[in-house]
Amino acid sequence: MAKVLMKGCEAVAEAAVRAGCRFFAGYPITPQNEIPEYMSSRMPEVDGVFVQGESEVASINMVYGASAAGVRSMTSSSGPGISLKSEGISYLSSTKLPALIVNVSRGGPGLGSIQPAQSDYYQMTKALGHGGFRLMCFAPATLQEAVDLVYHSFDYAERDRNPVIVLLDGCLGAIMEQVELPEMVEPDTKRTKAWNMSRYADEPRKGKGLSPVYPEFVLEKENMARGQLLKSWEENDVQVEELFLDDAEYVIVAYGISARVAKEAMLKLREEGFKVGMIRPITLLPFPKKSLRNLDYNRVKGIIDVELAIPAQMHDDIALEVMERAPIYEYGRSGGMLFNDEEAYDAIKKIITGGAQ
Amino acid sequence: MNSIQVSAMFCKGCAYCVKFCPKKILEMGTVRSRKGHFNPVVTDPEKCIACGICATMCPEAAIEVTKGE
Amino acid sequence: MAKVYSRPQSLLPVPSGFCPGCLHSMAIKLVGEVVDELGQLDNTMHIVPVGCSTLNLLYWKGDNLGSAHGRAPAVATGFKRVCPERLVFAYQGDGDLASIGLAEIIAAANRGENFTVIFANNSTYGMTGGQMAPTTLVGQKATTCKMGRDPQTTGFPMKMCELISTLDAPAFVARYALNNPKNINEARKGIKKAFEYQMAGKGFTFIELLINCPTNWGMSPLQTLDFMESNTIPYFKPGVYKDKEAEV
Repeated sequence: MAKVLMKGCEAVAEAAVRAGCRFFAGYPITPQNEIPEYMSSRMPEVDGVFVQGESEVASINMVYGASAAGVRSMTSSSGPGISLKSEGISYLSSTKLPALIVNVSRGGPGLGSIQPAQSDYYQMTKALGHGGFRLMCFAPATLQEAVDLVYHSFDYAERDRNPVIVLLDGCLGAIMEQVELPEMVEPDTKRTKAWNMSRYADEPRKGKGLSPVYPEFVLEKENMARGQLLKSWEENDVQVEELFLDDAEYVIVAYGISARVAKEAMLKLREEGFKVGMIRPITLLPFPKKSLRNLDYNRVKGIIDVELAIPAQMHDDIALEVMERAPIYEYGRSGGMLFNDEEAYDAIKKIITGGAQ
Repeated sequence: MNSIQVSAMFCKGCAYCVKFCPKKILEMGTVRSRKGHFNPVVTDPEKCIACGICATMCPEAAIEVTKGE
Repeated sequence: MAKVYSRPQSLLPVPSGFCPGCLHSMAIKLVGEVVDELGQLDNTMHIVPVGCSTLNLLYWKGDNLGSAHGRAPAVATGFKRVCPERLVFAYQGDGDLASIGLAEIIAAANRGENFTVIFANNSTYGMTGGQMAPTTLVGQKATTCKMGRDPQTTGFPMKMCELISTLDAPAFVARYALNNPKNINEARKGIKKAFEYQMAGKGFTFIELLINCPTNWGMSPLQTLDFMESNTIPYFKPGVYKDKEAEV
């Protein structure tokens, strides 16, 4: 298929439509506005539904209602809006309803800034809402990867009966790149899925119930199943890009746009003879633990966590695997401030040559 | 003959039926049901006009009213 | 032998979870009667909120979809938009609808979403133990206003029918009290009309039902009926506030 030039947010939206998404509810927040804007005109073209919710809270609950009917449903927002969606995301996970949630992150905390940042790592991977549930979280670094991950995200969501997060940042949402769009998946108009509460399915549906409230002994079992799910993700679903780990003495760990910029710095440093490698988690949850755990720490002299977040948030997950076998350095900007490849190069070189903490 | 059937499984003894019976032929019983509530009893079945008001007033849908021939 | 009245088929053959004399069970019973009459049980989707009305999950025989506190109109929006052929009703209490879910109800009404909201107003937070609700009457005692609601600091009871009827989109907005047979019969007719409007695709319909809370009002069931007559009903005036067909 021919490549097309698309803006990040629009490419993500189109990928979702092609994955069979037929319900979108969202609320304006920068830097993800192009997603609802695109969906508002695209959904009617494919007999889908677009609703502009009165708030993020309402939007996620609209997704909940549509997902219960067996329709592939999604919403998108940015950090402050995701906070508001937390409640609904917890309910989706509680009732085991699939959905896609796209976070195009910006500077925080609070209203923060509308510029790109990666300050939602904790929120996405640890604390999306009350009750101790977790969602798979994908963090693409290019638009093509974003398109592919979004396209397959519904399969994961439906397989696990759990919502899925795709985490972009303001950069990826705003840049334009060539992407190859995947084939259109025909939506399941019969709505045969197990959680389907609509009346299209063939078997009688009378008296079906989906509820976010459980008797305690059932809830405990549900949570045990969630624990099993988490384990199975770690065993089967980790996606990671590993670069030059065969000889690396310093390993950069970065995801999303940071990884992309840091990669340029890494390549330049390698040209100069510095043995630098990279681990780029594509799934932030499940985190690529083995990649970090199995490094040869007789050779590796340091781990460099590069993020658009200060303090770096992925640091904790890295530290759990490094287990003090090598020092972990941090480099990044925050609050919507960015670094370019030159700056990353300087900073990483300084770390390697012993000029940094 | 018209009849009023009160389900002891559903009745919670609120006495709304007793209050609104136009013929005043319902009163609260004095024995607790297995659920622990006093249920209404029909004192004078002959006078029942099968208006259904007791059933209408019953929040628990515990009353069935039948009109005789 | 003819049955004058028998239990609606739309209710499960189990006792409700409500306290003795609570008119929540009356409200859901009336909905059940109407759904029976319209023959729509198989086609009905009941959106269940948070509060005492959550107990309907174990009482309503048709499909139930539980939702977060106050979000039932948003969930109903999502569901109804993708299943327009279903008869959808959200059953919400006053804390759920008139406090935490105010944005959702007003926005859904304003969009003219084609579903019905049954609003059970008992002027208190029943499930959590009788705290002050947005609809608690002035002077009425609650566990968070022990001396009675003081409008100086807590404002006045929220009149939802009046609020919603100012919007252009809603098709039918009405308030009924469930304190005597006459009012109950009117309420049943109102619910039926709302459902018929929905089935005809006329848009958003809103039925407020004034009910009681013997447990948290601290009264016997019979006393609550008198209290409603002399306090609740004079403030929350029953009637049809908006009817697109009749241009009220």
